[in-house]
Amino acid sequence: MGMIRIIPLSCALILLSASAQAEWTLNLTPGVTEVSRSVYDLHMTIFWICVAIGCVVFGVMFWSIFHHRKSRGAKAHHFHEHTAVEVMWTLIPLGILVAMAVPATATLVDMYDPRDAKLDVQVTGYQWKWRYQYLDQELDFFSNLTTPREQISNTENKGEHYLLEVDRHLVLPTDTKIRFLLTANDVIHSWWVPALAVKKDAIPGFINEAWTQIDEPGLYRGQCAELCGKDHGFMPIVVEAVPPDQFEQWVAGMKAEKQAQQQASERTWTLDELMAQGEQVYLSSCAACHQANGAGLPPAFPALKGSAIAVGDVQAHIDIVLHGKPGTAMQAFAEQLSPAELAAVITYERNAWGNSTGEAVSPAQVSRVLAGEGAAEEGM
Amino acid sequence: MDTARANRRLVIRLLGGSVLMFGFGFALVPLYDVFCEVTGLNGKITRTGAIETVEADTSRQVRVRLIGINNEGMPWEFSPQQSLLTVNPGEMKQTAFQAYNPTGRSMVAQAIPSVSPGVAAQYLHKVNCFCFNAQPLQAGARADMPLLFVIDKELPPEIHSITLSYTLFDITEAQAADNGSAEPDGGSPI
Amino acid sequence: MSTLDTATDDIGHDHHGPASGIGRWLFTTNHKDIGSLYLWFSLLMFLTGGVMALMIRAELFQPGLQLVEPGFFNQMTTMHGLIMVFGAVMPAFVGLANWMIPMMIGAPDMALPRMNNWSFWILPFAFAILISTLLMEGGAPNFGWTFYAPLSTTYAPPSVTYFIFAIHIMGMSSIMGAINIIATILNMRAPGMTMMKLPMFVWSWLITAFLLIAVMPVLAGVVTMMLMDIHFGTSFFNAAGGGDPVLFQHVFWFFGHPEVYIMILPAFGIISHIIPTFSRKRLFGYASMVYAMASIAILSFLVWAHHMFTVGLPLVGELFFMFATMLIAVPTGVKVFNWVTTMFRGSLTFETPMLFAIAFVVLFTIGGFSGLMLAIAPVDFQYHDTYFVVAHFHYVLVPGAIFAIMAGVYYWLPKWTGHQLNERMGRLHFWLSFIGVNITFFPMHFIGLAGMPRRIPDYALQFADFNMVASIGAFIFGFSQLLFVWNVIQTVRHGEKAQARAWEGAEGLEWEVASPAPYHTFATPPRVD
Repeated sequence: MGMIRIIPLSCALILLSASAQAEWTLNLTPGVTEVSRSVYDLHMTIFWICVAIGCVVFGVMFWSIFHHRKSRGAKAHHFHEHTAVEVMWTLIPLGILVAMAVPATATLVDMYDPRDAKLDVQVTGYQWKWRYQYLDQELDFFSNLTTPREQISNTENKGEHYLLEVDRHLVLPTDTKIRFLLTANDVIHSWWVPALAVKKDAIPGFINEAWTQIDEPGLYRGQCAELCGKDHGFMPIVVEAVPPDQFEQWVAGMKAEKQAQQQASERTWTLDELMAQGEQVYLSSCAACHQANGAGLPPAFPALKGSAIAVGDVQAHIDIVLHGKPGTAMQAFAEQLSPAELAAVITYERNAWGNSTGEAVSPAQVSRVLAGEGAAEEGM
Repeated sequence: MDTARANRRLVIRLLGGSVLMFGFGFALVPLYDVFCEVTGLNGKITRTGAIETVEADTSRQVRVRLIGINNEGMPWEFSPQQSLLTVNPGEMKQTAFQAYNPTGRSMVAQAIPSVSPGVAAQYLHKVNCFCFNAQPLQAGARADMPLLFVIDKELPPEIHSITLSYTLFDITEAQAADNGSAEPDGGSPI
Repeated sequence: MSTLDTATDDIGHDHHGPASGIGRWLFTTNHKDIGSLYLWFSLLMFLTGGVMALMIRAELFQPGLQLVEPGFFNQMTTMHGLIMVFGAVMPAFVGLANWMIPMMIGAPDMALPRMNNWSFWILPFAFAILISTLLMEGGAPNFGWTFYAPLSTTYAPPSVTYFIFAIHIMGMSSIMGAINIIATILNMRAPGMTMMKLPMFVWSWLITAFLLIAVMPVLAGVVTMMLMDIHFGTSFFNAAGGGDPVLFQHVFWFFGHPEVYIMILPAFGIISHIIPTFSRKRLFGYASMVYAMASIAILSFLVWAHHMFTVGLPLVGELFFMFATMLIAVPTGVKVFNWVTTMFRGSLTFETPMLFAIAFVVLFTIGGFSGLMLAIAPVDFQYHDTYFVVAHFHYVLVPGAIFAIMAGVYYWLPKWTGHQLNERMGRLHFWLSFIGVNITFFPMHFIGLAGMPRRIPDYALQFADFNMVASIGAFIFGFSQLLFVWNVIQTVRHGEKAQARAWEGAEGLEWEVASPAPYHTFATPPRVD
């Protein structure tokens, strides 16, 4: 029953594996920022202090178990009080705690100092995805899980980054102080990237902040840490840290892409193109609730297959996808997807799984609704 | 019997104690607001209304980041006129948020403010703010929603930058239900 | 005020045995009957919550979704937590209190026997309501046992209303139970049984009962606020109306942290009886044990926000709650040192209750160490809401609270039934449980540190190995509890006749009466010198 002997043993394993394997780990990551390293050091210091105390306490205990057993003829002594000893083992732990509190306070003070951040990124939690807005670069995108449904339901082999892969990375420059402003759209989420030692709750109606400064380029993966409903386990975070000049290029690239999207929504799309694009969008943005086969998970998430919306009035369909349905889990997708993507996914919903309206919704049609023209007068 | 009386007395006291603690649970709501004000927890803004004009402290600049957020089910377009302001403490600053209701129905929104870092909240004095009132907007209408604020000169020197966010909630249904009667209780009116 | 008729009224005209049939159990006001009812109920809930735990572990056996949908998985984690906390651990302690406290202090019964009957019999209704939510449209509560708003208000399934009612009833039951225990301890002690002579289990329960009266009403308050937000348009926790979801967490944890001590203090009491018995030596540091428990109880009101280090507290807040939390290690340490010193230079034997008690000291201390690590706010940002936390609180609750309950049941079973338990079966149960518990929860430290969040139905591949190990351990632990059930039932039915003092080194009034304890004990109070 020597749990205590397992601890140093597992520690040795931890140290070994940290160098041997990058992915499969037993211990906290030291991370890639100054703060994360000091957190790691603090963690290890306190761990070893606990191990030492454990050795002493359990040592005495097991010594008694072996030497003071009745079967060995031990006779019970009669002491049951000793003020000096009791005072001592109150004061010594107190001293140890003070010794722990000093470095802990220093690290905490450091974490609360977001001075001179060069880049502000707003992070918004949604059920169940993250939205990143680069406030001065005017970039704004959602980051969705890309692990195929087939891998989750075990019909396909799982990829290396199963459940930790997204369509758009949060690209950040290295060696730059970055401030995150966190909030949420619906329920409380928590944005956590272990390698940065940043975990902060994203609370609807409130703004929180955290900061980081990444030393090494690389991909750092994290997950939502606060239970936020059905797909809490399916909203990962991927941070891609790149050198500052590459970051500038990426920003320029994103801006160009935004323009291309605008052009895409202006050109004419065929029904097949819309269906192909629509299926992709559907699987990443809609299938979590309405399911890949359109059957939904009633009553919270209604079926689209044969539904009154998906085969009924097209304006009402566009309206609900763009603006959501208040009081239900149906979100507004107007900000999340481009007009072309919206048109494609609506077209897909109207023509998949035996919904055969044959109608193609054009990006232009969606853009008109987005611009406020042709808003359905009758409302919802 | 003595024990019976003692028991009765004790039970009444203990029941009284638990009723008191039930009340204390509710008392935590206003206590929490006081607590927030003192410690700057959660960035609640408590200081509002007219203020004496003072001379601005031009030796110091504070970056004020403005953010507009839509809560779930809120389809309005909502953003600050200027996302980043540079303000001298003591200076009266006027700005606005732009809102647009793209839907086909008239709606009512309530903006909920929040400040980060939380300790800065007590130094941000709002003279006038659209968040004081519910904001109705007709179908397809646009509005500029004004904000007039001063940053207190007492702002601790280590704070260089303040974020002020507004989250827009759709309260159309709640308003219709209340018929514009009283403020919803439970929390302090913003 | 008929419920306030006290036990003392009954003396002299109530010297018959138990009534027969179901009526005995429905209308009983006998502390031993009610104690048994609480214990059987708690066992039933322990097995129910255990089945849910095994469903969770079965789903997590491998990555991917195999058995349940994520929505149902969340219902399982929520119900498992609620049932184990309010249905298994708390009623078990109340059951032990009912059985033992009157006998330990030389009282004929609890102070308020009719209220005692009520406080038990409303419990099955509360859990019937709670469990029936599984069959409702939209499913059972799925927002975790901590039910954070707005997930539990604006975004909750319709069954949340039933959940609130169930919590209200459980709260009433706990408050009535606590009042009864306080009245019994303060007013019903035998002559000469002064406060500083009280057995440690009685002390632990006195402190626990005051904690219950202080915080269960706060829980009732917070669910009432939820109810009002959901149905009556208030905005306590709804940001849109000027409320604050973080307020929910403050109020909840104001209840929640004392609540975790409610689940461990009586365990301290039980262990403080068993270790001296099997060490054949008086408990070391009686007075410091009492002061340690009292300081833990007081500190428990000052540390609630350490559950909320990541919500964005201001720096001073984080520092205050970090320091206060670290301080709890001092009285907890004193208790562990006292137990170890009690064993030191004793004359030890290792019957089943002692085995569980030793495992309690070791494993609870490990849980305490991880608790100390979690108290360090900057590092907690990495631990918070991961499996490291899951490992921590299961170490203090399973080999902590549950092992202590089992140790207590094995220890007092001869007194209750008049039969010695099957010692071999008991030891087998111990070793399987001990191994199972460690295989289940020790690897959770590793997967938590490696980055696995809690409450997720599916996980990334680097967590796969240890999850599989943990699931295997959970099944070992879960099924070995059937040995416990079997052993208890066998001991109730037959077994070697137990002496009044069933264990050689046992001290205390409860060992002065015959085994099995007569239906009425101490009708004439004993004298304690």
